[in-house]
Amino acid sequence: MVQYLIAAISISIVYLYGCVGEIITEKSGHLNLGIPGIMCMGTFGGCFGVALYMNSLPAQESAVWLLLILSSLFFAMLFAASGGLIYAFLTVSLKCNQNIVGLALTTFGKGFTDYFMGKINMDRFAWASKLFRKSLPFADKLGWFGEIFLSHGILVYVGIAVAVAVAVLLKKSKIGLNLRAVGENPATADAAGVNVNAYKYGAILIGAAIAGIGGLFYVMNYVGGSWENSGTIESFGWLAIALVIFCIWRPDLAILGSFIFGLLDAFISFSNVAFGISFTLAQKEIVKLLPYFVAVVVLVVTSIIGKKETQPPASLGINYFKEER
Amino acid sequence: MINIKKSGEPLFHISKRQELAKWKRILFTLAAVALSLIIGAVFCGIVSGNNPVYFFKHLFDGVFKTKRRFWTALRDMALLLGVAMALLPAFKMKFWNLGGNGQILMGALGTIICMKFLGGKMPDAVVNILMILTSIAAGIIWALIPALFKAFFKTNETLFTLMMNYIAVGIVSYFITKYSNSGSNNILPINKANLPVIGNEYLLTIIVVAVITLFMIFYFKFSKHGYEVSVVGESENTARYIGVSVKKVIIRTMALSGAICGIIGLLLVGSIDKTITVSTANNMGFTAIMVAWLANLNPVTMIIAALFITFVDKGMSTVRMQFSLTNNATTNIVLGFIYFFVIAVQFFIAYKINFSKKVVPGSKKSVKVAKNKKENAEHIGEDK
Amino acid sequence: MNEEIIREKNKEVAVRFENIGKTFFGTVVANKGVSFDLYKGEVLAVLGENGSGKTTLMNMLAGIYYPDEGQIYVGGKPVAIKTPKDAHALHIGMVHQHFKLVDIFTALQNIMLGLDKNKKFNAKKVRNEVQEICSRYGFEIDLNKKIYDMSVSEKQTLEIVKVLYCGADILILDEPTAVLTPQETDRLFGVIRNMRADGKSIIIITHKLAEVLEISDRVAILRKGEYVGAIETKDANQNILTEMMVGKKVELKIDRPKTEVKQPLLEIRNLGVKSDDGTLAIKDVSFYIRSGEILGVAGITGCGQKELCEAIAGLRPVVTGVITHKGENIIGLPPKTIIEKGISMSFIPEDRLGMGLCPSFSITDNMMLKTYDKSKFSLKNHAITDKDGKAVCFFKKVANGTASVINKLPCPFVDRKDARKRSVDLIKKLEIVTPSSETPVRRLSGGNVQKVLVGREIESSPNVIVTAYPVRGLDVNSAYAIYDILNEQKVKGTGILFVGEDLDVMLALCDKIMVLCHGKNMGIVHANKVTKEQLGLMMTGSLDLTEVKKEKNYGIAKDSNLTEVEWENAEKAAKEAKERGND
Repeated sequence: MVQYLIAAISISIVYLYGCVGEIITEKSGHLNLGIPGIMCMGTFGGCFGVALYMNSLPAQESAVWLLLILSSLFFAMLFAASGGLIYAFLTVSLKCNQNIVGLALTTFGKGFTDYFMGKINMDRFAWASKLFRKSLPFADKLGWFGEIFLSHGILVYVGIAVAVAVAVLLKKSKIGLNLRAVGENPATADAAGVNVNAYKYGAILIGAAIAGIGGLFYVMNYVGGSWENSGTIESFGWLAIALVIFCIWRPDLAILGSFIFGLLDAFISFSNVAFGISFTLAQKEIVKLLPYFVAVVVLVVTSIIGKKETQPPASLGINYFKEER
Repeated sequence: MINIKKSGEPLFHISKRQELAKWKRILFTLAAVALSLIIGAVFCGIVSGNNPVYFFKHLFDGVFKTKRRFWTALRDMALLLGVAMALLPAFKMKFWNLGGNGQILMGALGTIICMKFLGGKMPDAVVNILMILTSIAAGIIWALIPALFKAFFKTNETLFTLMMNYIAVGIVSYFITKYSNSGSNNILPINKANLPVIGNEYLLTIIVVAVITLFMIFYFKFSKHGYEVSVVGESENTARYIGVSVKKVIIRTMALSGAICGIIGLLLVGSIDKTITVSTANNMGFTAIMVAWLANLNPVTMIIAALFITFVDKGMSTVRMQFSLTNNATTNIVLGFIYFFVIAVQFFIAYKINFSKKVVPGSKKSVKVAKNKKENAEHIGEDK
Repeated sequence: MNEEIIREKNKEVAVRFENIGKTFFGTVVANKGVSFDLYKGEVLAVLGENGSGKTTLMNMLAGIYYPDEGQIYVGGKPVAIKTPKDAHALHIGMVHQHFKLVDIFTALQNIMLGLDKNKKFNAKKVRNEVQEICSRYGFEIDLNKKIYDMSVSEKQTLEIVKVLYCGADILILDEPTAVLTPQETDRLFGVIRNMRADGKSIIIITHKLAEVLEISDRVAILRKGEYVGAIETKDANQNILTEMMVGKKVELKIDRPKTEVKQPLLEIRNLGVKSDDGTLAIKDVSFYIRSGEILGVAGITGCGQKELCEAIAGLRPVVTGVITHKGENIIGLPPKTIIEKGISMSFIPEDRLGMGLCPSFSITDNMMLKTYDKSKFSLKNHAITDKDGKAVCFFKKVANGTASVINKLPCPFVDRKDARKRSVDLIKKLEIVTPSSETPVRRLSGGNVQKVLVGREIESSPNVIVTAYPVRGLDVNSAYAIYDILNEQKVKGTGILFVGEDLDVMLALCDKIMVLCHGKNMGIVHANKVTKEQLGLMMTGSLDLTEVKKEKNYGIAKDSNLTEVEWENAEKAAKEAKERGND
């Protein structure tokens, strides 16, 4: 059971990064269906950063924890943000259809990652992954509590901190107020002297960078430094977008939502250990669908309730053209 | 003396165009395609260390070198076009059906179930008819689930259809795991109750899709149903006002969309693969969206778009072979370039960039302007 | 009248426009060579018809648009106002006609939006400062209220407070009275005078002459994007202003042809309709329209006009009451049946491109909107006898027989040929300016779009026309063309429900006027026996004729198609049907 919760928290962080990134993007009025592609690009960037650092060392044992994390974070965010830049340029500056650009970006991001991941020397990834998973120093002194909540790698706490920070920023700060106004009614924000395009670019790039960390986290922390293909990360990306609706565009609720999705996701591996339920191989395929079923139910339920405060930003999906009359 | 503040006009501003002449639109698009292919060529050249010029030769070889390649390409183009035709009515209605993959997969599943459990036990013709019916029904059901919720509760169809793709994949994996041939984790091709072969093994698919395409062109040009779909897509309020039931149109149109996807699944399993995997749909549900979009939802242009995408897709496999790029992901990268460019070109078709008549310092004009401004400024100064 | 700008030595220039030009879409000239001054501490009315470029010009001052040509000077210095931020920095603030407020924000959040960098983002401080401004000028505002809960007048107050809070010395008010009641207008004018006394320069954009004369010090007039001239208000009167505004003296009088009084066509009793947010938008309204009369519906925007029209057209469920057409109940029928049933209800929605027309459809395809499903197979009959009267071959008879059977079948195809013919006819008849009948309507000008819409409605020869704001945004000539079309229909015996906004036009055009206030019928008056002031009082709810003159039974026809007993039964039946529906 403890193992189950640990795994659930861990996997939920992938959702959390993707979801918070998408929330920031959507708050600017842009529905970014390229998030799966961007998460892939972030994965590559992060792994590139890891490889760059690890391979520059004479021996893997001399790797410094902080430098490794910083180098991988930097490249993960850089590559993810460059994916975001493509999206932002096409949708904000060139006013192209957001859904189509997003889908194209996902195609591109997957291809890009699949190709270049093959070029990375992953020999020292297992070691690097151990560093990523290094838990907080006092975790083992606090019994089960420490094991469940404190035994994770630093990126777990960074993710939660980012979500909380974004939530506070959106709610309390001037930047948050302006960003929300841009997503609700860009013409109004414009007339109030807010630089609409700058905010959109900013939100999309920062959102993409954050989402990109999710991919890095999955490969380096969750699965322990191995790589198969971009398909898994893509599906995380789609679910993260669905999660945005579940947590009604609030990063603080995204923590809860991600955890629930984490529970669902990890259920299959721990059903026997934690609950004593065993499935046949075929049944497992159906159980694996739990997150998707829940996502669908969430979509349906929120659409039936439909309150004003739970609605998406009013201009979501609509590009802003100033000189329109 | 009043200091004249620099006027600092914006460098350019963007305005909507009236309407660009048709040949110009085509020229713009062709330019974008050419540019993206050149970038793709340079990319492939650099990463593989080959001369990018050969990229184009190999691209052509991929489709035209052998008869077999040509027919395969033609068939795959037909499949892609078929899916695009399936998505067309949904997109005309502004219903974001991203669930093409799932709908195809369910159609395929319906077909393989018939083949596996009925093939050989009944006359092939009967099984064939059942295959057609189940695949269409399965496609329709998979499309109708999100459509019903959209119609009655306005549930976001973009994400719903996406989720339905994954659920379909799960159901198919369940089927595969449960009924896979012992020892392997897949279902071996079933040679019973396949769809009849017409001419050669490729022609059936091509003919079926040709019929679907003609039907769609006709549907939108002449039929009342097609007209209603366009009205709903244009404005739901207008549709309601003239007495078109929006719910009915959404449901009917998505049923049509799903049915055609089901037929594609039928062709894929019943005539081409004879087995099913989780990637039977070959991501055509997404690629077809690009086809429909790049062609501006015009069914005739969609034929060209499908041809082109298939051409690149097939060509790229030869390019990869010749450039020894073992990783098949390069195709997606090159396609990504093409998508980005052709999407971006829409902007230059719809909008005009007006550069402000910049005054070059020191030129005659600038002197004159500066002089005028000075005079004006002095004039105002007098008023004070 | 390209007179020189009158410069007075003793007045300081706040803003100078010099040769301002702006073109949209490369062809639509919004402004051309506009030059005039705004002095400090004055109220300048910028007067012009719809489409004369007033708003565009002011948007350039507010940084929404950038002029293609010319130069703006503020406080004597040439300036480039590229963004609203630049305008803020120059202490220019604009209250737009369509309020620029974020719906889900509170009033305070809206004020804090886009604050200057040097101002601290501190809700408490901002609140205090705003409250100070409010008390100085006499505004009343609840800073915690969400915008979507606010009335129009509250929103406008908030906009002005917001502009003042940003430190504006030059205020631009775009059509501020369009959505206000006469009483609210008076209050606004009081505020404007306060601000003038405080040394602010105010530009007020309007096309209402009476208000111009009441509030402004000076009037600048635009016509078709060009500056015509300026005049001191004390030297002006309505005739002079009208002449400057429209160029030539126009006959303001709109025809009101006399028609025979006939039986009521459409009778409505005790109607109750809900608005989108679930509140009652129409409460217990009764009225009737006779064949050959125009019944005007006056009221402040949002007092239930939209819901009333939609209820009649069958687009909005009715909560209580009965709507009958020629004595037949039409409540609960689908919109299509209401159009079809020979009732031919014609409804010109408020937002003509939103509901009446499909913007990217061609004129032809728009012509088909209401009739596309009526197309039938029309196989031709062969002549079965030749010239001499001899019977011809047997097969032709068979063909004819088959044809007649097929012609009776439901037809799955649209008849675009017929629609094209009709649209070509319409283009000719109403002089619609368009390249061809296959041009998408979104590329036509406002007046022509409206003509397509009204033309299509009339072409189906309806007997009741429901029309809301049919001349909104049209130039004078197009508006008159629309009035003529409506009058023509009236003479033909059509009953017309005209939801309008300009009381002068309604007084001239309509036979009777019904006034709505918050969804309640305040009385129905003969247009030639009522004054504008009376209407204003009724619109604001100060005068309720249904209370004052109870004995008159407003909205109940003496010669109704149904007897009182039948009415009661109809209402009962409607109520029962509703209850059954609910179960």
